[in-house]
Amino acid sequence: MVLLDIQDLVVHYKIKTGWVHACDGVSLRLDKGETLGLVGESACGKTTLAYGISQLLPTNAYIKGGRILFNGQNLLQLSMKKDGRLREYEPKLNKIRWKEISMIFQGAMNALNPVHRVGDQIIEAIVFHERITKQAARARVEALYDLVGVPKDRIDNYPHEYSGGMKQRAMIAMALALNPKLVIADEPTTALDVITQSKILGRIKDLQSQLDMAMIIITHDVSVVAKTAKRIAVMYAGQISEIGTTRQVFKETAHPYTSGLLGSFPSVKGEVRKLVTIKGNPPSLVEPPPGCRFHPRCPFVQEICKTVVPPPVDMGNNHFSHCHFSKELEGKLSPEVFQ
Amino acid sequence: MITQTTVPIVDSSNILSVQDLVKYFELKQALFMLSGPPLTVKAVDGVSFNIKEGEIFGLVGESGCGKTTVGRLITRLEKPTGGRIDFLGVDVATIRGSDLVAFRKYIQMIFQDPYESLNPRFSVFRAVVEPLRILGVGDSKDQRLELVIKALEDAGLKPAQELIGRFPHELSGGQRQRVAIARALVVGPKFIVADEPVSMLDVSIRAGVMNQMLELRDKYGIPFLFITHDISVARYMSDTVGVMYLGRIVEMGPTEQIINWPTHPYTRALLAAVPVPDPEHAYPPVPISGELPSPINIPKGCRFHTRCVYATQLCREVDPAAIEVSPGHAALCHFAYDFFSMGRYTAPEAPPPKEG
Repeated sequence: MVLLDIQDLVVHYKIKTGWVHACDGVSLRLDKGETLGLVGESACGKTTLAYGISQLLPTNAYIKGGRILFNGQNLLQLSMKKDGRLREYEPKLNKIRWKEISMIFQGAMNALNPVHRVGDQIIEAIVFHERITKQAARARVEALYDLVGVPKDRIDNYPHEYSGGMKQRAMIAMALALNPKLVIADEPTTALDVITQSKILGRIKDLQSQLDMAMIIITHDVSVVAKTAKRIAVMYAGQISEIGTTRQVFKETAHPYTSGLLGSFPSVKGEVRKLVTIKGNPPSLVEPPPGCRFHPRCPFVQEICKTVVPPPVDMGNNHFSHCHFSKELEGKLSPEVFQ
Repeated sequence: MITQTTVPIVDSSNILSVQDLVKYFELKQALFMLSGPPLTVKAVDGVSFNIKEGEIFGLVGESGCGKTTVGRLITRLEKPTGGRIDFLGVDVATIRGSDLVAFRKYIQMIFQDPYESLNPRFSVFRAVVEPLRILGVGDSKDQRLELVIKALEDAGLKPAQELIGRFPHELSGGQRQRVAIARALVVGPKFIVADEPVSMLDVSIRAGVMNQMLELRDKYGIPFLFITHDISVARYMSDTVGVMYLGRIVEMGPTEQIINWPTHPYTRALLAAVPVPDPEHAYPPVPISGELPSPINIPKGCRFHTRCVYATQLCREVDPAAIEVSPGHAALCHFAYDFFSMGRYTAPEAPPPKEG
């Protein structure tokens, strides 16, 4: 059952010197209860995509095309103005935002209000969306704290009394408070230490199986999605370059960029191998390269790559790669090609 | 790469030798606490290690463990509360006057954030030539230009001629960090302290900067103190790893030894927790409980006992001494031998070692 269907979404930011092509024709689907990892480097458009889904884009963002179907309803129809920008406040969205689609923000330390008790902030979210007494809401917060693993006697503490990991757990509790169908987690563990990170990721994984909610985990860290996601979409310069199951993307890599990205990660497992360097830098999104956006850095670049945008190539079993030569490169991609 | 030879305690080939280093920060008193002893943060609480010619020593630990303070003490950006740092056989604390200029020439630092460590109003040339001017290296303008270009090219910025006129905002993150590396290299240092030099960089750029530093070590034999929170990065970069917890190195040894035979329960927890870029990796349970104690109130006995799932009465009372489990590989744990023999990914269901 398809829960979220993004079709050809285009989001550009207006800046002094022109347009930032942050999200340029992104299509992806998410089934009910499914976990998708969205991986990419900074400024590849992954956060824009997330904020686009939850309709939280800033006022200089213009939606230039595409549809975001959530349970069959086009979310963009609800809040988009004629010029492509989003209305700053749209009451119609209250039925969907946080109730159906919630977010775990990057840097929980800044996402919680420092002058209100943590529990009150979660209760406020519940009472705003549901006809429920404060007592009932508080009981739910207690249950949520159990779920995410924070002691209940911390409900009435202020954010500064929490450790970083506890704040992140409280954020997760807040995201789950209204039983959403979709949770978008934007770099949920980036600011945390490894041990806290592993606990939070473990908790997120447990919750998925218990609560049957769909999730999009956005991160730059391929090891985090390897651990948590069933499917992965790799983004590069505002577009998706490869999408498939985690196994397909890691073990049957079809896009040269994915191969380079995976090869540039050190690991504590196995033998030490020389890390791959992808030559050059990620392109400017103000003037993205024509054709395939990865072509200036690709070791397999051909003439066609410089002019023609590659269509998704079907690698079988719902595994797609946006590279003209995906079929030719099948089985030939390894980090060594970048050396 | 990995030297499996023994590391003697005193060795003339040591470039840097740190003995029992201590740094306490005193906290400002709050009004209602006028009486009573002042609070001290024990950031570094007895750290000892040696670094040899051409060696990269990786100092790993979570935030707040004191690893950055160790780097700042070595470069004399902070004064130690106690202990001794010998650099090229000279006690760093005693260096005064013009010797300090020489010391700054020999020991350089690379900081974490290249967006903050470079002055936005300095061109690349000026940023890199600045240390030469301050430390009085090079006689003529031409000679300095030559040194700057060589440093930039050593840091992987080629062609350097085209870049020297640019400003930080015209550079990518990776290029900026390479400028910071060039700035450290330009004076011909004998030692470099690199504090999280790649953690702000993008993944595809990070590997290039790490490979560049390894190349520099191979080319010039410059030893590095490489400070990082990421044990995967530390493994890739270092010959020797020291794992820090609450102001002390709890385990130290040749890198592959630490990765494959982690001996301190804390190291074992770190290695079990670190995510691996392999979807088929089976994660063992992480043998650790609770939260990091405050460095103001360091637990009595073994400082890890409050989080250690194996802690016994002995651990709660007696601060463990270092036990050398194999040549050059030591851990601050009463039961180091038992853990050493367990190997890497043994699940923690194994019975905790008995006392005595």
